Amino acid sequence: MSYLIEGESGDWDVVIGLEVHAQITSQAKLFSGSATAFGAGPNTQVSLVDAAMPGMLPVINEYCVEQAVKTGLGLKAQINRHSVFERKNYFYADLPQGYQISQFAEPIVGEGIVVLDMPDGTTREIGIERLHMEQDAGKSMHDQDPKRSFIDLNRSGVALMEIVSKPDLRSPEEAGMYVRKLRSILRYLGTCDGNMEEGSMRADVNVSVRPAGSGELRTRTETKNVNSVRFIMQVIEHESARQVQAYESDEEIVQETRLFDAARGETRSMRSKEFAHDYRYFPDPDLLPVVLSEDEVEAIRASLPELPDDIKQRFIDTMGLTAYDAGVLVADKETANYFEQVAKGHDAKIAANWVTGNLFGALNKAGRSIADSPVTADALSELLDLMADDTISGRIAKDVFEEMFETGRGAKQIVEDKGLEQITDTGAIEAAVDAVVTDNPDQVADFRGGNEKAIGWFVGQVMKATEGKANPKLVNELLRKKLAK
Amino acid sequence: MSELNKKTIAEAARGLEDGDFTSEELTRACLDAMEAARDINAFITETPDIALARAGESDARRAAGNATGPLDGIPIAVKDLFCTEGVLTTAGSHILDGFTPPYESTVTQNLRDAGAVMLGKTNLDEFAMGSANITSYYGPVKNPWTADSGDKQGKDLVPGGSSGGSAAAVAALIAPGALGTDTGGSIRQPASFTGIVGMKPTYGRCSRWGIVAFASSLDQAGPLTRTVEDAALLLGGMAGHDAKDSTSAPMDLPDFTAGLKDGIRGLKVGIPKEYTMDGMPAEIEALWAQGRDWLTGQGAQCVEVSLPHTQYALPTYYIVAPAEASSNLARYDGVRYGLRVPGDSLDDMYEATRGEGFGEEVRRRVLIGTYVLSAGYYDAYYIKAQKLRTLIARDFQNAFADVDVLLTPTAPSAAFVIGEKMDDPVAMYLNDIFTVPASLAGLPAISVPAGLDGDGLPLGLHLIAKPFDEATLFRAAFALEDAAGFDAKPGVGPGGGS
Repeated sequence: MSYLIEGESGDWDVVIGLEVHAQITSQAKLFSGSATAFGAGPNTQVSLVDAAMPGMLPVINEYCVEQAVKTGLGLKAQINRHSVFERKNYFYADLPQGYQISQFAEPIVGEGIVVLDMPDGTTREIGIERLHMEQDAGKSMHDQDPKRSFIDLNRSGVALMEIVSKPDLRSPEEAGMYVRKLRSILRYLGTCDGNMEEGSMRADVNVSVRPAGSGELRTRTETKNVNSVRFIMQVIEHESARQVQAYESDEEIVQETRLFDAARGETRSMRSKEFAHDYRYFPDPDLLPVVLSEDEVEAIRASLPELPDDIKQRFIDTMGLTAYDAGVLVADKETANYFEQVAKGHDAKIAANWVTGNLFGALNKAGRSIADSPVTADALSELLDLMADDTISGRIAKDVFEEMFETGRGAKQIVEDKGLEQITDTGAIEAAVDAVVTDNPDQVADFRGGNEKAIGWFVGQVMKATEGKANPKLVNELLRKKLAK
Repeated sequence: MSELNKKTIAEAARGLEDGDFTSEELTRACLDAMEAARDINAFITETPDIALARAGESDARRAAGNATGPLDGIPIAVKDLFCTEGVLTTAGSHILDGFTPPYESTVTQNLRDAGAVMLGKTNLDEFAMGSANITSYYGPVKNPWTADSGDKQGKDLVPGGSSGGSAAAVAALIAPGALGTDTGGSIRQPASFTGIVGMKPTYGRCSRWGIVAFASSLDQAGPLTRTVEDAALLLGGMAGHDAKDSTSAPMDLPDFTAGLKDGIRGLKVGIPKEYTMDGMPAEIEALWAQGRDWLTGQGAQCVEVSLPHTQYALPTYYIVAPAEASSNLARYDGVRYGLRVPGDSLDDMYEATRGEGFGEEVRRRVLIGTYVLSAGYYDAYYIKAQKLRTLIARDFQNAFADVDVLLTPTAPSAAFVIGEKMDDPVAMYLNDIFTVPASLAGLPAISVPAGLDGDGLPLGLHLIAKPFDEATLFRAAFALEDAAGFDAKPGVGPGGGS
């Protein structure tokens, strides 16, 4: 997928790396027992440790460590059995300790891979540089009072994974695909819920540009805390265009932190002095290094669920799906589960077409997710059963599906109530065919004169006469027999 | 005035058990002594109501036959670095103005559970940074001892620091025992200056949870008492594994008094040759030699050992401790508790609050610590200091392959006059020259009062043992105490007496 920015001096490539902050799914925070539920009242989930009271000490939440290792394994990454928490020192009102406990020189997870499923059915590997654990800060609220800021420490100490990609991404679309794929993997693993609108996932976007085809890496900028896939793509579009323009006007690009202004769709420099940090990292003397035995890592590996890349391959190998369809179906766990349930006992390709076609179309239109689809997998299965045993035709099935989606009623019930069963009684169809043939001598002559295509017109007439319920195959056979005479 | 306040912990425990007196009587005697000696400024907060209430509870337990053990009903003083539920906790700093924790440190909770009675919170150097108890926002503590000759005569002396208030309270017979914390010598050096026993256990023996942090990798709580046996008793009530402190050792708690009096026949005592320093006062040198003779006389064998990296200990300590402190003290920002000095912006508020809230020595160490962790200096200072720390610890490991304990002086001098060395931080830091190496190596160590200098001021001798071998440390210290037979007592204040 090539993405070129046309400048006055020629074409430019864009080079993108993402640092994704993903909240670890856990009942408790990284270093305290406080709850982590979203949406609780301000400062209701704050322990003495989270508020950095004097003499308080962090104690590592082992479940969060397991979750990080699990994620590392899901990213096919190297697990570092010895890792170290360090203090990242800076002052801010929502950072009670005056430092963030993070991993720096020795992260828990090293290099790994995320595989992107490209629209043409091919795949592309994006490198993971590292994954480390860290605690989140609290939240400052500047809009509650004209003079004062308010602080909510509910998020203070919540466990995050920072997942750093290599600068392997080359377009806004690829960056979007990468975030969606990463989110999908995390959801399959159950290590992050991926809800970007709740702040469970956000990204720092690193962007640089270079003359097309050159291998160089130029100065990058980092746009912080971007919280949707669409915004990430906008940041890249805006930032890369800005950089190209700067280079072509003989301006320097400085390595800096930028902010995304969602309202204007552009990035701008954060030049205020509090961001010119020297973080003074050093190993946190309150915590021992995290040491994992080989057995512990293997036990976590054994607990891994089947991941999207494996499921995709299985769909291709054992169900005969195309790489594209399989990729679409495994993109999220709910869809894959839904599809597998529908495909059970049915032709997998037909099931895939129904899920990716009719169902996705209806869901999109209604703005709903598969998790709250009015048509459950069992209900769609029932509809496919009715087609498979010729109770209804494909055409009727589409209408039935629409009604199911609107009303939530079952397929069988709708078909029975509306008398939509297919007419397979040869006598009834024959009568309709006879009537059409008798009533339209001109068209009969036309057909018999060699206009084969006219058969379609006759089929349409018979279907109309039977209110679409006649079995189209039978109609076709009987018509040909009659017209051949 | 009853004389119950003069009893040691062991004596008081026996008296309580035998019904000779009640905890309330004992506690009242201590509270009276506290009031009488207020001019030494040993306490920041006196807690007589809490003391009498807990003494009453203890007496009720004992009457019901449910006494918990040797510390039940024993009054103690608590360094104001331990967070105590519902009681002002200051760390000797202006910046913690009005801070009353809703929680109790693990060590003080352990002692409450053992039935000990808190008399009050003792004065200390601000955030435990100091060797003379002159950096406290609440004013200096006076050493109960006074010189009976020489230049210091008639002048107020420092009690040492940072646990100066605790040491003074024990020396002045206010409390039979007190809690201190020791980062580079903050229990042992004041014990030496005030003629009492001060003990720092192995790093990890006592939980740090609820102790206001100075330098996390060095801080340890420990007892200050008038006898070695009392130190063993009090430590038994303080120590133990705590899941809330990741650096607390997951080990069973031994009975530190077991084998205390078994003697030291055959014990191998190392005399580190590098602790002989240029300019060391002859009296200290002589006392150290006397200590060797005392231990030899008790059947131990003294041999010279080498700790080749000793000269680097003090500079290493003054990089590691300030580095950790600069980060540990970042939480005192005026946002959530303690002092807040308003400003026009968040940064202004930080600057005003921390500028006013921290004293000069704390500001100095925060600046040093920030500097040594800064980009471009980190490798040259902090990383190098960590490497030296490893080498210093290895020196001890090597020495302990051949000997059971080490004997050194505790401090290079006796107590000095309040106001001296204040303008020369390096001279002040030299106070800890003999105590800092064991701190860097996390080893248990104890100061035992051993003699008086020419001016009649107490001097201590210092023993260091292997990690978690407090039992041998106490046994050797008991033998040293026995041989030294130190029984001098201070007068209180210049020209005072008790």
